[in-house]
Amino acid sequence: MSVIDAQNVSLTFPTADGPVHALSAVNLSIERGDFVSFIGPSGCGKTTLLRSIAALETPTGGSLSVAGRDPDAARRARAYGYVFQAPGLFPWRTIAGNIALPLQIMGFSKSERAERVARVLDLVELGGFGNKYPWQLSGGMQQRASIARALAFDADILLMDEPFGALDEIVRDRLNEALLQLWRKTGKTIGFVTHSIPEAVYLSTRIVVMSPRPGRISRIIDSPLPADRPLDIRDTPEFIALAHEVREALRDGHGHD
Amino acid sequence: MPRLRLPRPDLGGILPVSTVLLVIVAVWYAAAIGMNARWERDQAARAGTQVSAMQMVGLTLTQDRPVLPAPHQVAAGLYQGLAGQKITSPRSLVWHAWVTLSATLAGFGIGAVAGTALAIGIVHSRSMDQSVMPWAVASQTVPILAIAPMVIVVLSSMGITGLLPKAIIAAWLSFFPVLVGMVKGLRTPDAMQMDQMRSWNASRTQIFWHLRLPSSLPYLFASLKVAIAAALVGTIVGELPAGATAGLGARLLSGSYYGQTVQIWAALFTAAALAAILVAIVARIERGTLARIGHRA
Amino acid sequence: MSTLPIIGVWLGGWAINLWLARFDTRASRAAVAAIFGLTLIALWEMTVRIHEVPAVILPAPSQIAASIVQNRSLLVTDFVQTILRGALTGWVIGATAAILAAIAIDRSPFLQKGLLPIGNFVAALPIVGIAPILVMWFGFDWHSKAAVVVVMVFFPILVNMVAGLRATDALQRDLMASWAAPYGASLILMRLPAALPFLFNGLKITTTLALIGAIVAEFFGSPTKGMGFRISTAVGRLDLPLVWAEIVVAALAGTCFYAIVALIERRATFWHPSQRNNRG
Repeated sequence: MSVIDAQNVSLTFPTADGPVHALSAVNLSIERGDFVSFIGPSGCGKTTLLRSIAALETPTGGSLSVAGRDPDAARRARAYGYVFQAPGLFPWRTIAGNIALPLQIMGFSKSERAERVARVLDLVELGGFGNKYPWQLSGGMQQRASIARALAFDADILLMDEPFGALDEIVRDRLNEALLQLWRKTGKTIGFVTHSIPEAVYLSTRIVVMSPRPGRISRIIDSPLPADRPLDIRDTPEFIALAHEVREALRDGHGHD
Repeated sequence: MPRLRLPRPDLGGILPVSTVLLVIVAVWYAAAIGMNARWERDQAARAGTQVSAMQMVGLTLTQDRPVLPAPHQVAAGLYQGLAGQKITSPRSLVWHAWVTLSATLAGFGIGAVAGTALAIGIVHSRSMDQSVMPWAVASQTVPILAIAPMVIVVLSSMGITGLLPKAIIAAWLSFFPVLVGMVKGLRTPDAMQMDQMRSWNASRTQIFWHLRLPSSLPYLFASLKVAIAAALVGTIVGELPAGATAGLGARLLSGSYYGQTVQIWAALFTAAALAAILVAIVARIERGTLARIGHRA
Repeated sequence: MSTLPIIGVWLGGWAINLWLARFDTRASRAAVAAIFGLTLIALWEMTVRIHEVPAVILPAPSQIAASIVQNRSLLVTDFVQTILRGALTGWVIGATAAILAAIAIDRSPFLQKGLLPIGNFVAALPIVGIAPILVMWFGFDWHSKAAVVVVMVFFPILVNMVAGLRATDALQRDLMASWAAPYGASLILMRLPAALPFLFNGLKITTTLALIGAIVAEFFGSPTKGMGFRISTAVGRLDLPLVWAEIVVAALAGTCFYAIVALIERRATFWHPSQRNNRG
């Protein structure tokens, strides 16, 4: 059974200039352990789709199930961790305090919190920074802390909305590599929104290409790349061919814009 | 990707505001009945009569000197004071309001001009900045308003009476917000904008007129709104010392001496309306000016 | 040419400051401010002495200082009556009520829409005018003064606190939603901390208001103690040095009150950019 299943999902925002079709007839099924990237131009609905999966938006049509139930029940059962575009760390809490925050809300004991915080800090290579405040760290470190926070309560699903979009390329490469290792180690199901073709190709097992007006899925590409991916896989002909395929799909989806 | 936001259905603020106002009026009536009832009961006990609940409501809302006058009594007092008198009569609220307003405006004008002038000096002179600013900021924490009546008495002992002493207090109170706000505003241009000006070899005067002054305007208007409200309060408090016969503050004081509660409340509402009108006028000028120079207010 | 020495002192102080201002270190800045203040006091003292200004109009700083020493027990009594009993009690009650009210209306957009315009309106009004009414209701002692202070500080703190509770950004609220945080958790863990800088802004503004309310209310009736009472009776007896002594106490009390709140603010909102800049 698939972990995330969308059947004919649509979402329409009413605006002053008439309704906006953010999502239209989206069909998608994500299996356990998949790393799925959503890629497309602005307004294609990739963030809206991810937010709908997280029950932060409510689709106006179709059916959507997450971990076998409706998205809001899944949210209340804390079925997923969500990483936003910005770190969104609370400035009045230390890094460790920030990571412990969802644990505190979910009622983990104090010792359990300390243990988990230490573990995920190591996982994102921030050991020793637990007592710093967010504003004392660089942007890349802050985003790593926010990933640690999403990992801390060990949900099976990780939803990431352009988590590395604001970072420079060098930091981004390192974090991409770390994210892949983490995914292999934990076997989580990951939904990842990006607008970078190399990032999508490097990370994913499946690439969902979306197009705007109305926001819809124009193609789903399964990656032939092996699970073990060093950074220099990006220079191989397979990688380049796949990136080309994604670019073509994006161009087709874009129509005559 | 920017998040699409649901346009919020605009219910407008009218319904909630009027609901809350209605609740306030209702609570006010209830409080008036409750607080004025004791006097009626004492009266009835003295006369050895009984007062029914219905009579009590009628009596408590029509007393001459109620502990808490009912809204309609205040409204009647306001109408009496505003429209029921010749405006030159010392019983006319229009006249008292004018006395207060003229001192407020005179003081506000002096304070705003002086505050702006000193702010310009401070942003251009480091020694002035370091000398004056710490005291200007600290002076904000001093309850200057509380000593206003004393200033009036001292000035009148020096032979200075009438509008001027009150205007001095109003000026003093509006001076500091304008000074602090303007210094902040004149300093808003960031290093890049200043460097840009320097790259064009702009003179200090040009920088002032083309960069500093326009970018300070939002701060100026924010502090002008504070200042004009402060000037009004200062003038009213300046009218409190015994002996003052004109102005809304004098109305408050004579009302409190003679237990004329309706008079106090009517003066209070006039003062409130005056404050609201003054702040609204500044806000209107603010919107117009900022829109013209392209700020988004 | 008796004004010459006065001009001399003025120029001297100014010259030192011009020179000192070039260093722009922490110590030089403090020195410049101190020299400016001392120069003003020296000018005041000299003007009064050289021109023989009568004490009824303007007492010299030395006379005020003498009056403070001489009347210290009186000043302490008045301080306790007006500042501690009137202003401080009222401020604490008013602030507590405003914070609770802000939390209460925070859940209701309807109440917010209804109350906020009214709160903003009332915050700009000459509220001190209700002093005569409250003195009638609560009597001459400090209770009526505290009541005036409660009303004066309530609305500015309410307006600030409501704005503060709204100050969380969409991202932070989404995070809380993604963790399915119940209302209480997001209130305590997210919205209250985020509201603190706004709350302290309101608390700082109202320290001065509290003193003003407590002193002015005494002009409408008070027992035979209190700063407002003393000021008005001393003016009547033309004991201007005592009046100024009370003013000095009020000024010091106001500055200390503000400084204590600002100090607590620094401790509580160390994470806020405005406080971080102060540290750098």
